[in-house]
Amino acid sequence: MITFSQEKLAKVAELISHYPQGRQKSALLPVLHLAQDEFGGWLDTPVMDYVAGLLNIEPIEVYEVASFYSMYNLKPVGKFMFEVCQTGPCMLNGSDNIIDYIKQKLNIKVGETTADGMFTLKTVECLGACGYAPMMQLGKNYREHLTKEKVDAIIEECRAKAN
Amino acid sequence: MGRKLLLEKAHVEGIRTYEVYRREGGYRSVEKALKMAPADIVEEVKKSGLRGRGGAGFPTGMKWSFIAKPEGIPRHLVCNADESEPGTFKDRYLMEFIPHLLIEGMIVSSFALGSNASYIYIRGEYAWVAEILENAIAEARQNGWLGKNIQGSGFDCEMYVHRGAGAYICGEETALIESLEGKRGNPRIKPPFPAIKGAWERPTVVNNVETLAAVVPIMNIGGEEYAKIGVGKSTGTKLISACGNINKPGIYEIDMTISVEEFIFSEEYCGGIPNGKKLKACIPGGSSVPILPQNLLLTTAKGEKRMMNYESLSDGGFATGSMMGSGGFIVLDEDQCVVRHTMTLARFYHHESCGQCSPCREGTGWMERVLKNIETGKGKMSDIDLLWDIQRKIEGNTICPLGDAAAWPIAAAIRHFRDEFEWHIKNPEEAQRRNYGLAHYADPIHVPTPPVTA
Ligand SMILES: Cc1cc2nc3c(=O)[nH]c(=O)nc-3n(C[C@H](O)[C@H](O)[C@H](O)COP(=O)(O)O)c2cc1C
Ligand code: SF4
Ligand code: FES
Repeated sequence: MITFSQEKLAKVAELISHYPQGRQKSALLPVLHLAQDEFGGWLDTPVMDYVAGLLNIEPIEVYEVASFYSMYNLKPVGKFMFEVCQTGPCMLNGSDNIIDYIKQKLNIKVGETTADGMFTLKTVECLGACGYAPMMQLGKNYREHLTKEKVDAIIEECRAKAN
Repeated sequence: MGRKLLLEKAHVEGIRTYEVYRREGGYRSVEKALKMAPADIVEEVKKSGLRGRGGAGFPTGMKWSFIAKPEGIPRHLVCNADESEPGTFKDRYLMEFIPHLLIEGMIVSSFALGSNASYIYIRGEYAWVAEILENAIAEARQNGWLGKNIQGSGFDCEMYVHRGAGAYICGEETALIESLEGKRGNPRIKPPFPAIKGAWERPTVVNNVETLAAVVPIMNIGGEEYAKIGVGKSTGTKLISACGNINKPGIYEIDMTISVEEFIFSEEYCGGIPNGKKLKACIPGGSSVPILPQNLLLTTAKGEKRMMNYESLSDGGFATGSMMGSGGFIVLDEDQCVVRHTMTLARFYHHESCGQCSPCREGTGWMERVLKNIETGKGKMSDIDLLWDIQRKIEGNTICPLGDAAAWPIAAAIRHFRDEFEWHIKNPEEAQRRNYGLAHYADPIHVPTPPVTA
């Protein structure tokens, strides 16, 4: 059974209160973020249906939104997702080398997850950190000025966290 | 040193907290505004000459004066913090380090516009910045600057952070409104404009983070004083986010009287190009604006020094100029490949097209494929004209300006770097090993002398 904790339900109610009466659908994006964090890092259909129920909207309204925005994962992802920016300014500072290095180090292609379910590698477009390139998003934070050594350290850090 | 209005206090220890921000003179502009008539605040902003800092440069005071005021219908102010134009990362800096400056500017603006509930639409990836803003909003509320009857003025002002979820198109104001309503970010057909029918069909003003932050110094020093800073219609200060191949990437507040050359090479700003390399090209205002080779970047076609302001950057139109745009300043050194860089931008716009209009949906994908072919040594000479043709068919034929934004960088790259594209196509193998280099892109430009009339 998919349900939020009491605390998360209170958060949903608070989010809904940010928008005009009868416009609870406006809370969809923030509630989907909550749901993704809560239910394993991706949005399975039952999760989306649950969100539709919470906001009193049709499930299709949730699916079409979830599939539009790049931050919602519609498939399972690794415990840690490396989202490396590959747009112009990052490319000028060597993002291609960083992407190649991660591929080689984790032995996966872009879009894949390691066999142990730990890491997913994704390439993304400009994340607004162009001056601190090359960079990646890891969970809720950015890792900037990436080098091969930094990537090694980040991988170690994640492994340590998982244990 | 140029004058600092927004970042003056950015380095004061603890400025992120309410206590320090207030001690440093924060929230004075709200005290002042609440004693004024809302219409007078709009006048003050008009006098300042402030132009929207989100990219289009539309006069803010004028935009505010367009908001409809139907009886009994609430109005809303929405701050555009979607910041996703490649090269642009200035709003993040403001929100991350001086969150109260944005909140202060938004309170004054909300009062001027009569918005009792205002929203900050922030790109989803800036998750930690959203938390910083939420904490700052809570502090402002505890101290009576937000909530019911703020500072005993009778004005109610609520403020909420709304996190997006990864979509550049949501920076376009009507897509942003759709997204705020919990929908896909598909831009709306205008009219009606948001000022008449925006969020929840209510009159809405959408302004960029930096625009709203600039309202604070405008109120503090007065619109007329603000207008004295800068030159011509480029008043006040502008944040530039500088990146690419420079020694000191980062955020700079400039007063729009310095030259592009000084900005790139002086120690006060970008500090020159790393490893003694030469400047090849630059996109001065975010990825959508035209790229210029060194010669046209530093000097206009008329032979004048190009300056860092709205007028000078666009001098020569698209033929020989560019735009201030969002202030995302991307520098390419002599070893960078313009074809490859342009390909990444084409990929970006293809990825970000919402898919509503066929010229944009199909055209961006097509341009990406053609550019990828040229870049990987599979291009044909006719591809260059094909690219030109595709971009021309997109421009002006779409619902929202993303189509234009995707077309312009390609057009400019071909206009100014056509021989680099040709070289790539003619030398597919060599192009995999080395770059075209600086070539003639720094050569003095021929300034046509006007015909002598008797
Ligand atoms: C595709 C596209 C993306 C945009 N992205 C942003 C953005 O990230 N931030 C922003 O402030 N304006 C962005 N804009 C401009 C907004 O539509 C709007 O003009 C701006 O927010 C108005 O605020 P201003 O007048 O204060 O500049 C974008 C426009 C387009 C067409
Ligand atoms: S121009 Fe592109 S992004 Fe804009 S509405 Fe059309 S398809 Fe969508
Ligand atoms: S280009 Fe990578 S963060 Fe902007």
